[in-house]
Amino acid sequence: MASNWPILSILIWLPILGGITVIAAGAQRASLARLLALVISILTFVFSISLFTSFDTTTAAMQFTELEPWVATFDIFYRLGVDGFSVPLILLTTFFGVLVVIAGWEVIQDNVHQYMAAFLIMEGLMVGVFCALDAMLFYVFFEAMLIPMFLAIGMWGGPRRVYATIKFFLYTFLGSVFMLIGLIYLYIQSGTWSILEWHQFPLTLEVQKWLFLGFLAAFSVKIPMWPVHTWLPDAHVEAPTGGSVVLAAIMLKIGGYGFIRFSLPITPDASAALDWLIITLSLIAVVYIGFVALVQKDMKKLIAYSSISHMGFVTLGLFLAFAIFQNSEGGRGAALGVEGAMVQMISHGFVSGALFLCVGVLYDRLHSRMIADYGGVANTMPWFASFAVLFFMANSGLPGTSGFVGEFMVILAAFQANFWYAFLAALTLILGAAYSLWLVKRVIFGEVTNQEVANLKDINAREAFVLGTIAVAVLLVGLWPQPLVELMHASVDQLLQHIQQPKFTVAGI
Amino acid sequence: MSLKTILLLIPMLPLAAAVIAGLLRKQVGRAGSHWFAILGVAASFFLSAWVLYQQMYEGLGIQNISVYTWMVSDGIRFEIGFLIDHLSVLMMTVVSFVSLMVHIYTIGYMAHDPGYQRFFSYIALFTFSMLMLVMANNFLQLFFGWEAVGLVSYLLIGFWFKRESAIVAGLKAFLVNRVGDFGFLLGIAAVLYCFGSLDYATVFAQSPEIAGKTVSIIPGMEWQWITVICICLFIGAMGKSAQAPLHVWLPDSMEGPTPISALIHAATMVTAGIFMVARMSPLFELSDAALSFVMLIGLVTAVTMGLVGIVQNDIKRVIAYSTLSQLGYMTVALGVSAYSAAIFHLMTHAFFKALLFLAAGSVIIALHHQQDMRYMGGLRRHMPATWITAWVGTLALIGFPFMSGFYSKDAIIEAVAESSRFGADIAYWGVLLGVLITSFYSFRLLYLTFHGQPRYTVDVGAGEHPPDGIVQHAPHESPLVVTVPLILLAIPSIVIGYFTIGPVLFGGWLSDSITVLPQNDVVAAVGHHFHGAQAMAMHAIQTAPFWLMIGGFVLATVIYRLRPAIADLLQQKMPGLHRLLENKYYIDELYQRIFVSRIVSMGNVLWKKADAGVIDGWMVNGSARLVDNIAQKVRVWQSGFLFHYAFAMIVGLIGILAIWVMLK
Repeated sequence: MASNWPILSILIWLPILGGITVIAAGAQRASLARLLALVISILTFVFSISLFTSFDTTTAAMQFTELEPWVATFDIFYRLGVDGFSVPLILLTTFFGVLVVIAGWEVIQDNVHQYMAAFLIMEGLMVGVFCALDAMLFYVFFEAMLIPMFLAIGMWGGPRRVYATIKFFLYTFLGSVFMLIGLIYLYIQSGTWSILEWHQFPLTLEVQKWLFLGFLAAFSVKIPMWPVHTWLPDAHVEAPTGGSVVLAAIMLKIGGYGFIRFSLPITPDASAALDWLIITLSLIAVVYIGFVALVQKDMKKLIAYSSISHMGFVTLGLFLAFAIFQNSEGGRGAALGVEGAMVQMISHGFVSGALFLCVGVLYDRLHSRMIADYGGVANTMPWFASFAVLFFMANSGLPGTSGFVGEFMVILAAFQANFWYAFLAALTLILGAAYSLWLVKRVIFGEVTNQEVANLKDINAREAFVLGTIAVAVLLVGLWPQPLVELMHASVDQLLQHIQQPKFTVAGI
Repeated sequence: MSLKTILLLIPMLPLAAAVIAGLLRKQVGRAGSHWFAILGVAASFFLSAWVLYQQMYEGLGIQNISVYTWMVSDGIRFEIGFLIDHLSVLMMTVVSFVSLMVHIYTIGYMAHDPGYQRFFSYIALFTFSMLMLVMANNFLQLFFGWEAVGLVSYLLIGFWFKRESAIVAGLKAFLVNRVGDFGFLLGIAAVLYCFGSLDYATVFAQSPEIAGKTVSIIPGMEWQWITVICICLFIGAMGKSAQAPLHVWLPDSMEGPTPISALIHAATMVTAGIFMVARMSPLFELSDAALSFVMLIGLVTAVTMGLVGIVQNDIKRVIAYSTLSQLGYMTVALGVSAYSAAIFHLMTHAFFKALLFLAAGSVIIALHHQQDMRYMGGLRRHMPATWITAWVGTLALIGFPFMSGFYSKDAIIEAVAESSRFGADIAYWGVLLGVLITSFYSFRLLYLTFHGQPRYTVDVGAGEHPPDGIVQHAPHESPLVVTVPLILLAIPSIVIGYFTIGPVLFGGWLSDSITVLPQNDVVAAVGHHFHGAQAMAMHAIQTAPFWLMIGGFVLATVIYRLRPAIADLLQQKMPGLHRLLENKYYIDELYQRIFVSRIVSMGNVLWKKADAGVIDGWMVNGSARLVDNIAQKVRVWQSGFLFHYAFAMIVGLIGILAIWVMLK
């Protein structure tokens, strides 16, 4: 592919414009809509691979940059670029873009064109979030991607979808308003919306703290962190399978990405001063939510709580650096923590996406998400059972699967900071296995419990393809994470260099 | 073929067989799956034996080979690679040999099972995982193998996934092991913290440097780093090698098919903890405190678990408790720095305990899955090959002179006697007492199963699931695929000790892999009195262990052959003791009360009270009500469609921006 193509713009606008085209296909031509959506998502994925192959891993500078004036009066630019943090997340997004289309293939029968369009547009907007280097552009993508998600839950969701969407809306709205105030403040002070320029912009510690809390409000809800997590289980429960998959696999990562792109580099001193807060909340998430996940009766809720617990590792890994710098000579472990957080995000994308797809497979057949309605599924669905056991094992961090890599790295890093951090984080080894495998025991194993389970049909070729593709990804990252980690090295090193430089001394205050 | 290729093939062939038998189960069929699995494991055994030969006779030195770089992060290289020295090659050979025997045996044992291919896939996968574990040259791969064998163990215990008890046992095994792994992972993290590497060679080379460095984990208490590392690592070993108080999963694991009880829960996987501590000897040697702890745990396990074995009626459970007790012996040996004696006992135990389990399995199929010894008896007439091999296994287990177990167990007892480590004097009395207990429960098992009058009746019309004590057909000897592995395991159970104790244990053969400080070298001290295997066996008659073993034999003979009434009498005279043993010291009940039910109720409290009550009920819905109240006043704006709100929000934002720009 020609190197001067605006590849990032293609990745953003191909699915968005494609989505609009799919709507044009109309309600009557469902199979055309499906086919069109498939072609567009596959094209997007293929383009995104070139991002991986021609990415220069030796530099931390932004690559594939694009810069166009957008709203000149407000100094807003159409400013795009990617580094080692965004490329893996974009690949994850386009990868799931394809799978979500296939997963919804014959499951969605009503308004197929709108469904496919919503997910394509969502994909483009999420890629936009990961590419945007202009804060206003970021914010527009950040908010706009919620619209197709609201629609997806609202139109194809479960019975309590209104409560769930309002809760989702309230939470995220409140969070992002605080961020918006922060962004506007930064613009007034610096005269630019460029995120990279903000990284270098000196700020007093006091101001940084306020900004940090503003960012925290937005990103802690998104990722989500305890105690602003309660929207997630409800949203998942009411969302259609595709919605849950995108929500878990990609949208949550935008919270983690926000910490990396905004909180840490723009307010490094506040991050250092308030790292105890993030670490405490993260460890609470890991342990407390682990207990809560254990007693869930609804499979989707269990996976949702498990997601919150796993996201605790992301925030923990990101904010360990400051304690490590104080603690160990040379700061060994800081990069391990940040890279572990990134790997955890990618891995959780695969694993939680796969788990929601597994629940979807069961839900399509039995129309229940309740653990108690199942039992002995392995008798009638052996192939499904094999996939489910694999993914639940990955969820409990089995080595050889991607689920292990991130947790392992973060626990190793946590030990460099403080024994007790590692101690509490490592409890996930027990809790994660307990809630994952207890579910497997009740749903998959045992005698066939009722007639409906006895009538279950094993997964078809389409479902096997989707689950099989993710299984390969899960094993690949588990057995050889090097290519993934290599992408991030330069960016991680630069970030860690950056956050060690106090900003307020530059400001002369 | 280069050596690296050969070493790669050793674990990869079973893995390939596992994938074929598992994923292509329809295409290759039943016979295809067992041929792939057996050929894969057989090739792996012969290649391991070849490497062993090369190291023993052709002067092949220690091989530290990197296969690929798993990850580089923060300048730390995480490699996948092999460390091939005498310790690992010994383990590789034992593992692949026992695995091969179990593979062949499975053809007979699982002949009518619908999950035939799945079973072969799992045990081949197990062989791969175990080989990766013992061949590792770094902590990462060790942990990979460690967890992978745990996974296969979980899958195999719950192999008959329709049985509630089997899947509960599998879950229990995995979770208890995870408690151990929790410690193990912290230990690995501590190693990385102290040494900056997870590579064995690098860590061991630097290990003396951290002697004396302390850490204050609990404020006000200074602990040696090395002790913290070793105890954390050993907690992992306690899980995997089922040491008290993390032993509770092993007896329940007997829910799995008998071949895997032999392979995984007797011969190989449960010895991974022993292997690991021996592998880490350069670290453990530096901490007397950790080693005393190891010895104490091993001692408690050896004695208490043997006692429970006395009152069990399930034939597999007796052998399971025996395994626990023998693992305790190995752990005691580790605790007195007699690592090579522990590995030596690990090897002999692998043969004779696998033999005992497989013999028990042969009995179980003959009686149509009856495992209760109260409904056995007199089987020697019907199954002579099983009977004789079971005797061989028993004599080896109790340490009868010239048998393999005699050499390995006596070496441990002597090593404990030589040790001056804190607690070694109590340990000595404990391991002696253990000999009596072992002998007693072993003969009890033999008598109840093979001797005396049959306590089952043959009733042809008994139906599909006859009640206890009734079988449909007269028991008969198992087919050749079952008895041949028994005989092939019986041979090393008899002779391996005699031929190898001199070179392997006292000849310093393992000294290329095991580090012992001169002042701790009890094996060398024992070796001073060693004048050949024959002399050692002849001398046995003058030692306490021999007479304790005879004592156990006499007691068992009197109680279970001559005067069966005594057993009932003892039970009546000491009801408290009997109940205590029968209920396995109530440890399961204790865990159930302290952990399981508390954890579940805590989860419920956090979910219903904190999550739903405080956060949702008070904070979220409270704000929602507030918003609602305001919204009531601006109702006109409410359309009820959420995307309208979303659009309104964007429009609102742009409006705010516009106003602000105008004011500017």
